[in-house]
Amino acid sequence: MAIYVNKNTRLIVQGITGQAGAFHTKACKEYGTQVVGGVTPGKGGERFEEIPIFNSVKEAVESTRANATMIYVPAPFAADAILEAADAGIETIVCITEGIPALDMIAVKEYLKTSSSVLIGPNCPGVITPGQCKIGIMPGYIHKPGKVGVVSRSGTLTYEAVHQLSQRNIGQSTCVGIGGDPVQGETFIEVLKRFNQDPDTEAVIMIGEIGGSAEEAAAEWIRSEIKKPVVGFIGGQTAPPGKRMGHAGAIISGGSGKASDKIAALEKAGVFVSLSPASLGETMEKALKTK
Amino acid sequence: MKIHEYQAKELFRKYQIPVPNGKPAFSVDEAIAIAKQLSDKGPWVVKAQIHAGGRGKGGGVKVAKTMDEVALYSKNILGMKLVTVQTGPEGKIVQRLLIEDGARISKEYYVAITLDRAVSQLCIIASPEGGMDIEEVAEKTPHRLFKQWIHPTLGLRDFQTRTLASQMGFTGPASKQFQDILKKLVRLFMENDCTLAEINPLVLSQEGTLSALDAKLDFDENGMFRHPSFQELRDLNEEDPSETAAKKFDLSYIALDGNIGCMVNGAGLAMATMDIIKLEGGNPANFLDVGGGATEEKVKEAFKIILQDSKVKAILVNIFGGIMKCDVIAKGIMGAARELNLTVPLVVRLEGTNVAQGKQLLEQSGLKIITASGMKEAAMKAVAAAGGH
Repeated sequence: MAIYVNKNTRLIVQGITGQAGAFHTKACKEYGTQVVGGVTPGKGGERFEEIPIFNSVKEAVESTRANATMIYVPAPFAADAILEAADAGIETIVCITEGIPALDMIAVKEYLKTSSSVLIGPNCPGVITPGQCKIGIMPGYIHKPGKVGVVSRSGTLTYEAVHQLSQRNIGQSTCVGIGGDPVQGETFIEVLKRFNQDPDTEAVIMIGEIGGSAEEAAAEWIRSEIKKPVVGFIGGQTAPPGKRMGHAGAIISGGSGKASDKIAALEKAGVFVSLSPASLGETMEKALKTK
Repeated sequence: MKIHEYQAKELFRKYQIPVPNGKPAFSVDEAIAIAKQLSDKGPWVVKAQIHAGGRGKGGGVKVAKTMDEVALYSKNILGMKLVTVQTGPEGKIVQRLLIEDGARISKEYYVAITLDRAVSQLCIIASPEGGMDIEEVAEKTPHRLFKQWIHPTLGLRDFQTRTLASQMGFTGPASKQFQDILKKLVRLFMENDCTLAEINPLVLSQEGTLSALDAKLDFDENGMFRHPSFQELRDLNEEDPSETAAKKFDLSYIALDGNIGCMVNGAGLAMATMDIIKLEGGNPANFLDVGGGATEEKVKEAFKIILQDSKVKAILVNIFGGIMKCDVIAKGIMGAARELNLTVPLVVRLEGTNVAQGKQLLEQSGLKIITASGMKEAAMKAVAAAGGH
């Protein structure tokens, strides 16, 4: 089962001819993802690694029956690329692009309310269902098919978590990077809902960080709704207030967004919180035993 | 990106949001000249211009009744180390002043626009309890804090501004003026990619008119490609020179006060690395994200920036090589360490693609590199190398 993507997912790449787009298209294809097309306005009719290129998402969908897209379009044009994908009826939109203005994303988010498309990201590593489909920039080989769902605001820290799980022979159902921006598509709660309903997911690891209150909201939801063990980690326990820690959304401001509040909320919700980023795998091992 | 109050007020003037007359001054003479231009009998206000709030309480804002007082306060404030709740104990040196007409205040209010991340919409926050900081209002009198959310496509509607005006207690011309200010402030926010627009206080004069006595604007770095001219508003004195240098190389660096320099790929892993150093009893000297793909050039620049901090007694490199292969990263680290003649202990933890080759290269390099497996071991070794707790 898994969530968002599986072996039947048919992927197109918006911005396939750019440097990052081209590189990661190849990596996704090598992993086994069905990459059925690419979109670069003005290059329709050409091919990239035998993948047909189209001028628009609509054309690509009509010719290839694509149901997912991976976006590498540069930040000034990325919001438009997301809207184009939603307008063409793409089910799962994964936006890797970093640096999209918050105001652009507010408009996108509003548009998506009236659409059946879901957006993962932006500024995220993507989504992977190990052994079936990889959409994004994550190194495929560290993943292992299995029963633990991973959801995270971070990129390399997610790889760290996955690596610790795989080393302990704990496979993953799906790993979702929701991204580090203040306005994003799928939130922790939306991803957790899917994991909760997914028969292939037995436990979830949720990796949050300072800034905003998405972790607190998720904790509240976990407390009342989730039936599976959840392991949590919050990055930035030592981050100073008022400083943006790399991610646009990772900032403690006006007394809110602190790691300590998030950890307290998660603990109150019965989440197995790992204070150390080195104990993620170990904590999951313990959590799985409580099932 | 932050700007000064006087710069924010200039933008307010462009949008016809009322602000007191005034100009920036960089010297006492200039301050006196501006005061003379403004009026001949005062009062005038001398305001320190730094990128932090709480200036009044820290002694950075003074009302001068005579020209001699303008000179005296300007002399005292220029060059002073201003410590406020927002600057931290190290404070900030004041290098610019704003000289303004004094206002005859009858009441102070609070107005701000910011992003409400929980609903992904802009939100107006207003309170009749102006002047104090808004966290205090939120904590002590939350029922005196009024909010309206701005619909992304419909925009701010009249019924919303009417509601806020009445909640604030405005009637008659002041209510009309308040609503007009709200609409203009929203337009300013949207047209300039702000992340925060704050007026604290918005004051009602004894004559019954409103004006923005203070003005704070923060901009979205991600939106700055649409506003190239805003680069001129940057005050490099307000920015950490290392952070500015790092930006040039697309590195994200934030100085902290510990002694273990960190170099990590990815913001989340970089924060987690700081956290684990602390958990193991050490103190991180910085946050540094070299980006998802750590190239040799970036690694070299990152080392240079870390080493500019004389407190650094050890460096911890934590790289999860996904797309980048560990042997390539190892070569980058070795090249940079040789070229920069690195003398502080260097602990390297590599994980990911070709990790065995990477580690072997580091161990055989002849350089004094301490390798580690796993984040915990790396943090422990770095803490020990920096001289323990």
